[in-house]
Amino acid sequence: MRRLLLCLALVAAFAGTAFAVEPGERLTDAALEARARAISKELRCLVCQNESIDDSNAALAHDLRVLLRERLAAGDSDEQVRDFLVRRYGQFVLLRPPIEPATYVLWFGPFAVLALGAMGIVVYLHRRAAREPAPAPLDDSERRRVARLLKEDG
Amino acid sequence: MIAELGHFALILALLLALLQATVPLLGAARRDLGWMALPRRTALGQFVLVSVAFMALIHAYVISDFSVANVYENSHSAKPLLYKVTGVWGNHEGSMVLWVFILSLCGAAVAGFGGNLPAELRARVLAVQGMIGSGFLLFILLTSDPFQRLMPAPPDGRGLNPVLQDPGLAFHPPFLYLGYVGFSVAFSFAVAALIEGRVDAAWARWVRPWTLAAWCALTIGIAMGSWWAYYTLGWGGWWFWDPVENASLMPWLVGTALLHSAIVVEKREALKTWTILLAIVTFSLSLIGTFLVRSGVLTSVHAFAVDPARGTFILLLLFIAIGGSLALYAVRAPRLKGGGLFAPISREGALVLNNLLLTTAAATVFLGTLYPLFSEELGGPKLSVGFPFFDRTFAPLMVPLLMAVALGPLLAWKRGDLLGALQRLWLAFAAVAAVGLLGFYLTHGGPVLAVFGLGLAAWVFMGAVLEWAERVKLGRAPMDESWRRARHLPRAAHGMTLAHLGLALTLAGIAASAWQEERIEIARPGQDLAIAGYTLHLDEVAQVAGANFTADRARITVTKEGKAVADMHPEKRFFPVQQMPTSVTAIHTNLLADLYVALGDSDGAGGWTIRAYWKPLVPWIWIGAVFMAAGGVLSLSDRRWRIGVAHRVPRGARVAGAGD
Amino acid sequence: MRRLLYSLPVALFVVLAAYFGVALFSGRDPHAIPSPLVSEPTPSFELTGLDAAAFSQDALKGQVTLVNFFASWCLPCRAEHPLLMRLAEQEHVPIYGIAYKDKRADTERFVAGLGSPYRRIGLDEQGRVGVDFGITGVPETFVIDKAGRIRRHYGAPLTADQVRNDLLPLIRELTRG
Repeated sequence: MRRLLLCLALVAAFAGTAFAVEPGERLTDAALEARARAISKELRCLVCQNESIDDSNAALAHDLRVLLRERLAAGDSDEQVRDFLVRRYGQFVLLRPPIEPATYVLWFGPFAVLALGAMGIVVYLHRRAAREPAPAPLDDSERRRVARLLKEDG
Repeated sequence: MIAELGHFALILALLLALLQATVPLLGAARRDLGWMALPRRTALGQFVLVSVAFMALIHAYVISDFSVANVYENSHSAKPLLYKVTGVWGNHEGSMVLWVFILSLCGAAVAGFGGNLPAELRARVLAVQGMIGSGFLLFILLTSDPFQRLMPAPPDGRGLNPVLQDPGLAFHPPFLYLGYVGFSVAFSFAVAALIEGRVDAAWARWVRPWTLAAWCALTIGIAMGSWWAYYTLGWGGWWFWDPVENASLMPWLVGTALLHSAIVVEKREALKTWTILLAIVTFSLSLIGTFLVRSGVLTSVHAFAVDPARGTFILLLLFIAIGGSLALYAVRAPRLKGGGLFAPISREGALVLNNLLLTTAAATVFLGTLYPLFSEELGGPKLSVGFPFFDRTFAPLMVPLLMAVALGPLLAWKRGDLLGALQRLWLAFAAVAAVGLLGFYLTHGGPVLAVFGLGLAAWVFMGAVLEWAERVKLGRAPMDESWRRARHLPRAAHGMTLAHLGLALTLAGIAASAWQEERIEIARPGQDLAIAGYTLHLDEVAQVAGANFTADRARITVTKEGKAVADMHPEKRFFPVQQMPTSVTAIHTNLLADLYVALGDSDGAGGWTIRAYWKPLVPWIWIGAVFMAAGGVLSLSDRRWRIGVAHRVPRGARVAGAGD
Repeated sequence: MRRLLYSLPVALFVVLAAYFGVALFSGRDPHAIPSPLVSEPTPSFELTGLDAAAFSQDALKGQVTLVNFFASWCLPCRAEHPLLMRLAEQEHVPIYGIAYKDKRADTERFVAGLGSPYRRIGLDEQGRVGVDFGITGVPETFVIDKAGRIRRHYGAPLTADQVRNDLLPLIRELTRG
């Protein structure tokens, strides 16, 4: 709660509460603006908790939103804009961690767990089936009995 | 005086808990009936004592006794009464008292309603509850005492955070804690079963109602938190993958897996050791969540004030509780005998798939939440894991699970007929196709994933309906026959259908967010904003004054094709004492979609930023959660859970219920 | 084999608890964001100084300097101020200030009222130089060596302990080497 207070206090310190993307920040070029929004959604607001700069009220988020739109307008690619910010703030600013050796465990972990779990189940079922033989199939008289019983039950 | 009484009550409760943690275990081992009967009284006694302490704390808040340090830190005389009371659990110490209150409530409930349990099992379950209670009461008394006094008493308190004065936020912790702490009962049952060395169908039947109750509460708690974020934060977000949100999601996922695997233990006596493990892991995740929130190891909006001493104590508790139970598991579980066989394609198979996917999903959330911490500790870069990660890992795991939800209930036990089940679901396929086509038509080939999600929701919905229809032979037998069957269906079956329907609704609500529309414009009074067929007319923005705030309040008239729909009043409030702004968003819902309007800044020249969103199907997210919890409650009321232990009856005596 | 499998959960938990323990006792600040600029050359910047002359990163070369981002509206900056004064006057550390998102008149008033530990002050009214240095608020301080490389970043107000145990030894080491 203290952190939320601090964040909100910081916001209040910067005159007024802006709520995320302001009309004045938007680029006139719709395609560029769409790119800007998409990139912003994956950039962390560094003075807030778990918000992207697209959602955040903070002044720093506003500054970064304006900055990245300027860079897009100047012709940078999406990757270049992200690199620009990573060079200054480190990888922490990316809400989507890059896929590299340091993060293989993170990205491939879930599927590894799934695969291991599935294998475990297969092995378990196999071993159980091998240990206990399947029941013998029904012979004719038993089959007729079953048919009769089922018919009675409707 | 009353605060000291509360403090003393906690100490007495600790003594009772210690007694309860030891004597019944010895009693069960020695089959001493007297000692085994003790925990029923100590559990009740604990509940009474902790209630006294809780009431004492609430009393201090209500009368604004600022000589109590906790009240001074977190309350204020100007707070409305409701928020004075709910402020009791809005801080670390008070929330811990709520924690042990609910823990003692669970213990008392097992003591009170556990008459149908065999004596040894009940004694052991209550003993484990006693151990947990001792640990947490010790924690409170040693590191987080809410009854510390401040001398001299300050004139007024410091806790007047306007953000916390909200009904949604105020009531969300009790439900969450009922969930978290409620899972301790399943944990106790699991540990008791390991000590006893026996797990059978009866055990599963006894565990189920407690797990179900905790699960319902947690579902409601998470939904409330999400809904609060939605209407407060100003842009309609409702889930942020914040570490503490994840800490509540993980026990929910594993708890859902537990509910389903317990069915297999009950019906087929299979998956026993797995279910025991799940019961231990669910509560362990609750404990780990407690650690994460209160130790300062992770940053989060929800995190309480940090104190390394507290973190260390909780870590020690974790070590003893989780390490101890898992070590017991390692030793005892191999001795539990396995149960019935089943083919991969069967009801059990579907439930195993359910478990696999849910636990993998929980592991994914775990990984995503804790990876930054581990990476940094190992000397790696400080990473950030957000939405993009979870969208790409959690969501794909849910897809096969949701497909199985419709299919599973239609498969037979032991060996199921997949083709037959699929054939019976042809109507569901048709529904999916219809939804898909409609989706594409409406959006001209728009967001594919969202259409897929909506189709999946239709699949789950129709699957649940068709399974229920089949059970009551709807359409294949005369109506009164179907009606008779419906009435005689066990309530748990209806509960399952309702819960799965709820899941479908929530999924639909989540998928439909891809179609939301957004309009952020600067408007002057008299101007219009158009969104999703509605016209928002800004009438005026007035300055209003509230009890402890000033606000800019906009009046917006909403019309659709000329007909009046609503008047909306979004506000931007400013609290001068705390120098804090908050927003009050205006939401108009017709239960199919939300029109969501927030007031932004003034441009200084008479224009105001208006942020308007049209969010289709968003209310279904929370309506779905309510359906899920309702399904759980319905299942709880099934009389089969109140089955008793077999006991000998003298020959010739009438047996009530025979031939029922 | 089965025994091993059943022991897996407890083993995993012990590893997890160890990680938590290390995290608790390492004293790390979960809010601190390590700067990627450490060991990199100072970002280039061109600002107007408070003295109206130009102020760029060239002014920092050839000596061990401190660059301190501050603002008149920042309360913790006032708390840090006496430490900076002591560093400048008693330890003779060259400190260069950058006023972040502050109006010229407000910065002048701040400095006039409290005194200036700064050799020069640059005015970063838009906050762009701040972004180039990767700051997320004020005050933040950078230690820059003779070759113009950033050697240390303090993301929070300096404390007396930090100055005594960390900052001054570092400056002495860099000055010698």
